[in-house]
Amino acid sequence: MKFGVVVFPGSNCDRDMQDALQHDLNKEVIMLWHKNKSLEGLSTNDCIVLPGGFSYGDYLRCGAIARFSPMMQSVIEFANKGGKVLGVCNGFQILCESGLLPGVLLQNAHQQFVCKNIFIKNEVTGALKIPVAHGDGRYFANDNLLNELQKNNQIIFNYCDENGNINTASNPNGAARNIAGIRNKTGNVFGMMPHPERATSKTLNNIDGIKVFEYLGLN
Amino acid sequence: MIYNVQIKVMPLKDLLDPQGKAVLGGLKNLGINTVSDVRVGKHITLEINAASEAEAKTIAEEASKKLLANPVMEFFEIEMVN
Amino acid sequence: MEITVKTAQELRLTADEFELIKQKLGRTPNFTELCTFSAMWSEHCSYKNSIKWLKTLPRSGGRMLVAAGEENAGLMDMGNGWGVVFKIESHNHPSTIEPFQGAATGVGGIQRDIFTMGARPIASLNSLRFGNLKDKKTQRLLSGVVKGIGHYGNCFGVPTVGGEVYFEECYHTNPLVNAMSVGIMKADKMVSATAKGKGNPVIYVGSATGKDGIGGASFASANITEESTEELPAVQVGDPFQEKKLLEACLEVIETGAVVGMQDMGAAGIICSTAEMSAKGEVGMRIDLDKVPTRQKNMKAWELLLSESQERMLMVVEKGREQEVIDVFEKWDLSCSTIGEVTDDGLLKFYMNENLEATIPAYELVLGGGAPQYTREYAEPKYFEKINEFKIDDVKDIHSNNELKLVAEKLIQLPNIASKRWVYTQYDSMVGAANTSTNAPSDAAVVLAKGTGKALAITTDCNSKYVFANPYVGGMIAVAEAARNIVCSGGEPIGVTNCLNFGNPYNPEVYYQFVKAVTGMGDACKKFNTPVTGGNVSFYNQNPEGPVYPTPTIGMVGVLDNIENKMTLDFKKEGDIILLLGKQQNDIASSEYLHKILNIEYSPAPHFDINEEFQLQQFVSNIIKEKLIESAHDISEGGLLITLLEKGFNKNLGFNVISNEVRNLSDIRNDAFWFGEAQSRIVITVKEGRMKEIEDKCKASNISITKLGTVTSNAIIIDENNWGSIIDWKEKYDTAIEKILN
Repeated sequence: MKFGVVVFPGSNCDRDMQDALQHDLNKEVIMLWHKNKSLEGLSTNDCIVLPGGFSYGDYLRCGAIARFSPMMQSVIEFANKGGKVLGVCNGFQILCESGLLPGVLLQNAHQQFVCKNIFIKNEVTGALKIPVAHGDGRYFANDNLLNELQKNNQIIFNYCDENGNINTASNPNGAARNIAGIRNKTGNVFGMMPHPERATSKTLNNIDGIKVFEYLGLN
Repeated sequence: MIYNVQIKVMPLKDLLDPQGKAVLGGLKNLGINTVSDVRVGKHITLEINAASEAEAKTIAEEASKKLLANPVMEFFEIEMVN
Repeated sequence: MEITVKTAQELRLTADEFELIKQKLGRTPNFTELCTFSAMWSEHCSYKNSIKWLKTLPRSGGRMLVAAGEENAGLMDMGNGWGVVFKIESHNHPSTIEPFQGAATGVGGIQRDIFTMGARPIASLNSLRFGNLKDKKTQRLLSGVVKGIGHYGNCFGVPTVGGEVYFEECYHTNPLVNAMSVGIMKADKMVSATAKGKGNPVIYVGSATGKDGIGGASFASANITEESTEELPAVQVGDPFQEKKLLEACLEVIETGAVVGMQDMGAAGIICSTAEMSAKGEVGMRIDLDKVPTRQKNMKAWELLLSESQERMLMVVEKGREQEVIDVFEKWDLSCSTIGEVTDDGLLKFYMNENLEATIPAYELVLGGGAPQYTREYAEPKYFEKINEFKIDDVKDIHSNNELKLVAEKLIQLPNIASKRWVYTQYDSMVGAANTSTNAPSDAAVVLAKGTGKALAITTDCNSKYVFANPYVGGMIAVAEAARNIVCSGGEPIGVTNCLNFGNPYNPEVYYQFVKAVTGMGDACKKFNTPVTGGNVSFYNQNPEGPVYPTPTIGMVGVLDNIENKMTLDFKKEGDIILLLGKQQNDIASSEYLHKILNIEYSPAPHFDINEEFQLQQFVSNIIKEKLIESAHDISEGGLLITLLEKGFNKNLGFNVISNEVRNLSDIRNDAFWFGEAQSRIVITVKEGRMKEIEDKCKASNISITKLGTVTSNAIIIDENNWGSIIDWKEKYDTAIEKILN
């Protein structure tokens, strides 16, 4: 599996994603410039990553302007054809703005940017230590949608404490039902607020991020 | 009596508005080229319990000056609705 | 408009300076010209009251590749052909007026100083000083400044990896906001801030110019009074998104090889960048101000010259290669315009629609050229009498273990000591995926310099209370502590940048503090072989109630040739032996305990001997390289007990320490033993089997060593009294500041 990493003006985790994929997961990576449309070199067996950062300065709404860039039109087509797409942090916000994922990311409940190690889990991985860094990471959707996400197993990660308990204290931003990440119904588009690419290196004393890529089938 | 007051808070005219500038760029990307300037502000509504409209307006002004707008960078306009 | 001495004075130039300008020009300047002198000869740009003493600092040698003052920031050799560029700068006055934008643009400005040289910033730090945290005004300032730093740094995408926050009454009206940035580059690829080559085009890049912060440079050089807060000068608004694009575009444009010289536009905007680049290249420039992109209509020549709009760069490009440069900036959607060309007569000529508005010799405007340099008088401050009166014997010692525990509980919750997590979780400290301190903390932040095979240890330090107590010794301690933090992290200290925050230099007592602190810093930098690469001076941090504590913030960078050499500060394993290296002293002077718990503000600086310090650092550096120890953490604010607690927090490990024997042996008071802040002490842990080896080494190197006790699974046991679990102490430490703020 090859990876394409989209670079928007204001992306700032694009290089981190590239480093993690190339050096820690031994993947081939192609950088995709937001003004281009071509996905040359990538097939629907590959994965496109929308990295974290502040595309277009996060002005107006996070992800709102990036969503209209030429490259995003290709990414939407790619996803609709079944190609895998992963959005991390700002990438998750862009996916929600573009309609590839349902719901929306609102300003953190405490109205502060938050950067720290937190824990996320699902039934397969157990608790993983992964950093978050965002000001607008509070996942929100109406109850019907939340129920549907749950029913369809679309919630890929919930915030939890280090022992795997899902509770209010371990929710860093007030996200509905402690949701840290979701996937679309067809299971090829993923979005998550935590940054797995910041936790793939032994030198940084945390390789739990590798398990996130493994769980998503991106290895 | 309850007075509904709408307050518009905008960046000072001479000040850089990075958000407006980025939105303008976004509109251009979409092919909407006829927009020549964008400035982004806030719209705030207050319900004020006051004896008269004049009093409500005074309270709204005080609220705007002290908290809602930062006079170093923003100006405000008050509109009485009822 | 007739230009008189009164006009000059309104522009904050003195009558003598006005005479000097007339003499240098051979005529009376017009208003635009006078404005340029006002900006360039302001304290902020000319260092007129400080340069004499700054020149006494060691400014070359060691790994220095570019001497201080020659470029926007210092460049030092990391080895393997890589260089590290770093600088710290103040944004105190703008942050006082508008904390959010003031701090944000401070962060933006310092980043531009780094990438204008061609380096990619990889780490930011900041050093903040506020008044009493319980005060509402302080809370508002703190919240605004922290949000501003986060807003800019997080979006720009450089991790904020370290820094310091102190709260002292003296900063109530005058908070300090110092921002530092560190970047790396191929050492031979540096871009100089020099204009060269007659006929080469001068290109303006980045945001359009508005009336932001006009006269900011002169504004920063004036006392802040109530009126000036009413006056509300236009603040500058930062746009980190624009700066992020500017960073990528500038680094890309440097790769084309078409760039002759580049400088960011900071204080005093266009006039400063054109003057400094021209003076340095011994050339002149013809600039058409009407070609400068503007945000507002009908801006006057002097407004265009002085505007401090952010996110702008000035560059000189090889003639004929303009298109290569323009292509890069277009790729990044940045506006770029040719606004003039390099000339060879040394004159800056500014035109507006073909009308010559100003003609000034570039040399006469700049520091090291025609800008005045003053020798100010200084006198020992009167408050020294109160300091000299302090006697430790007048202070009652702590006698019971219970009292000791109560004091420790108070100390760990003092805002100066308690966890600053409320602050630093608002900064992205991990972007770049290179900050190794997140999961394994050290005394300095240890950041991977990706691509170089090396890592950098970075810290900012200044205990201004020590400097207030004794400016010379306090200045030395600031440098020594920074070096100690780097050594304890496994790094080799290589260089210093400083941000000198003082009161009004025309006050002889303030100037005394300045002179002595700079001398102390200089002497310490010589001892540690860490030359000063640059920095800035911020005077006038003063209000009618007096000046701030003299605060010479030290930013220091160290190199780790191999990340395997990194040392961390925390306890590793139950059963490890806790050792103190360095001498215990009967000293509580200038400690947090004395000042904040006993409310005694006036006392001397703590014990410090620079040779003893140097020897200790050499020793610790060696035993880290030999991989003999498990952890190292120096003793600073709060003393030994706080150091032990801090060592326990990361892995929730406790400690069992006995003091009686040691104290009796050397006749050390209880308060001094646990809470004294005598310098040159480092607490290490070793595996039990290594004890003998370490003791022998200490003996051979004449280093004082004391066995304090052992690491426990979580209990804190002091002189056989159980103080409970480390987890409860950590809770107090972590939440103290949040409790005050909520």
